[in-house]
Amino acid sequence: MSRPAFYRTIVIAVALALLEAACRLGWIDRFSLIPPSEMLQSAAHILASGEYTRDILVTFGTVAGAAILSVMGGFAVGLILYRWPRLKRAADPFLASYYAVPSFIFYPLFIVMFGLNRWPLVAVAFVFAFVAMAISTVDGFLSVRPILLRAARSMRLTRTQTLRLVILPAAAPYLFTGVKLAIVYAFIGVVAGEFILSGSGLGYRIAFAYQSFETATMYGLMLILLVSVVTINMMLWSRERRLHARLSR
Amino acid sequence: MSISATEPVSAPLSPVSAGQAHVAVRGLMRVYPAAAGRASLHALGPIDLDLMRGEFFSVVGPSGCGKSTLLDVLAGLSVPSEGTATFEGRRIAGSVPDGIGVVFQEDSSFPWLTVFDNAAFGLRRLGAAETEVKARVHDALRLIGLSAFAGAYPAQLSGGMRQRVCIARTLVMRPRFILLDEPFGALDQQTRLLMGDELLRLWRETGATILLITHSLDEAALLSDRVGVMSARPGRFIDVIETGWSRDRDSRIASDGKFGAITGRIWSQLREESLKSMEVAP
Repeated sequence: MSRPAFYRTIVIAVALALLEAACRLGWIDRFSLIPPSEMLQSAAHILASGEYTRDILVTFGTVAGAAILSVMGGFAVGLILYRWPRLKRAADPFLASYYAVPSFIFYPLFIVMFGLNRWPLVAVAFVFAFVAMAISTVDGFLSVRPILLRAARSMRLTRTQTLRLVILPAAAPYLFTGVKLAIVYAFIGVVAGEFILSGSGLGYRIAFAYQSFETATMYGLMLILLVSVVTINMMLWSRERRLHARLSR
Repeated sequence: MSISATEPVSAPLSPVSAGQAHVAVRGLMRVYPAAAGRASLHALGPIDLDLMRGEFFSVVGPSGCGKSTLLDVLAGLSVPSEGTATFEGRRIAGSVPDGIGVVFQEDSSFPWLTVFDNAAFGLRRLGAAETEVKARVHDALRLIGLSAFAGAYPAQLSGGMRQRVCIARTLVMRPRFILLDEPFGALDQQTRLLMGDELLRLWRETGATILLITHSLDEAALLSDRVGVMSARPGRFIDVIETGWSRDRDSRIASDGKFGAITGRIWSQLREESLKSMEVAP
C-alpha cells in the first residue's frame, strides 16, 4: 500500500470510529444517524434478502443506458465541434454556461414527450451528462500536439486513419475523463430523478424509507449506492491516472 | 561559392547538377497569400537544387528564411506556389510520396505506444506480416541502439532517445530520401555530436539521400557532402559548399583544420544574411 493510500485509510478508519462512538455514546441522535456498523448490517441484510434487488438493478440499468447514450452522443457532438471550428466558436458560450441551467426543469417536458416510464429519467440524465462528454471530447481532440498530426501526414495516413490511430489515442485521457464524468452525472441524474417522481429504483426506495422513518433501511440503501458509485469512480480514476502518466512527456 | 575540405577554393554557385538527380527542384517558390489583415508573405525562392542519390545535403540559413518551408514542400506536406520538385522523376505535389521519410525537430513519437510499436507503426498500417515487422523493427532498433528499450514507453526515455525512436520509425519504412528538420535541435552539444555519428552510420548503411535542415554550422560542416547556405527571407541558395569529406567520416573530423575553414566559410556567407533577417524581423 502506498503512503498516501495508507494515510487515506487511517483518516477514513478514524472518522468511522469517531462516528460509531458518537452514535453509540448518544452524542448523535440515533433517529437521525445510526452507527456505521449498523449501516453495514442493514446493507448486508438488504443485499441478502433480495427485497430491493429489482430496484438496484432498475437504477443501475437506467444509469448504464443513460451513460452509454451520453458517451456516444457527447462523443458525436464533440467530434462535430472539432471538425467544424466555426460551429464550436458559435457553441462555446452555450457550452460555458450549460451547467448553470438546472437540467431537472426539463423533467415535466420529458414526461410529456416519453410518458410515465423510465425514459424521462434517462433523458434527464442524458441532458445532464452528455455535455461533459462533448466538452472533454473536443478539448481532448484540440489538445493533440500538431506535430503528431504532421507525423501522421508524413506517414500518409488518411483522415480516418489519423482519427483512429493518432487523435483518439492521443486524446484518450480526456475521453476517459469525459466517460467518468458522464457516468457520475448519469448516476446523479437518475437517482435524483427517482427521488422526485419515480415509483421504483434506489432513489425512490431511499426517499420512501426516509418518509417512512425506516432509518436503517435508508442508510443501508445509501451505503450500497455510495459504495457502488465510489468503487466505479475509483476504478475509472485509477485507469485515468495510468493513462495520463503514460502520455505525459 | 564552392569549397573543398582538402583545398578551399572559390567556384561558381551551382546547386544544380548536370547528371540525373535523385531529387530535383526547379524555380520553387512559396508565397503565403494575404489573410486576415496580413499582407502576403514571400517565404521561399526561387530555388533550384539537385540532390544526387546517396548524397548528404545540409541546409543552413538565418531564422525565418524558409528552411522548414523548403522541407515541407519536398516532403509533400505543403504545395509550392510556383515551380516544381521531383523525387525519382515523379512530381511531389501536396502529398508525401512513397519512399520519402521525415524526421521533425519536435519529438513526434506516439506516447501511447512502446518503442517497438512506435517503430512498427508505419509497417503495420501497410498491413505487413508480423514476422517481417518484427525483423525490420529489431534491425532498426539495433541500428539506433534502442534494442534494450523496445518495451519502454517514450515517457520513460530521454529527449535524445525519443528522437531516435522517431528516426527508427522512419528507417523501418526504408525511405530512399530522408528529410530531417533540426532533429537534434533540443539536445546538448555532446549528444548532438554522438547522434550525428549515428546519423552518418545510418546514412552509410541505408544508402539513402539525406536533406538535413539545421541551425548548427558545425553540424552542417561535419555531416554533409554539401552545405546549402540560404539568404534571409525569401530564402534562396546564395552558396553551396562542397565539404569533400570521405564517406566514412565521423565527429572526429571536428579536430581537422579543414573543418574550421568550412565552418568559417559558411559563417562568412551567413553572417550578413543573419543581420538582414534581424533587421527585417517584425
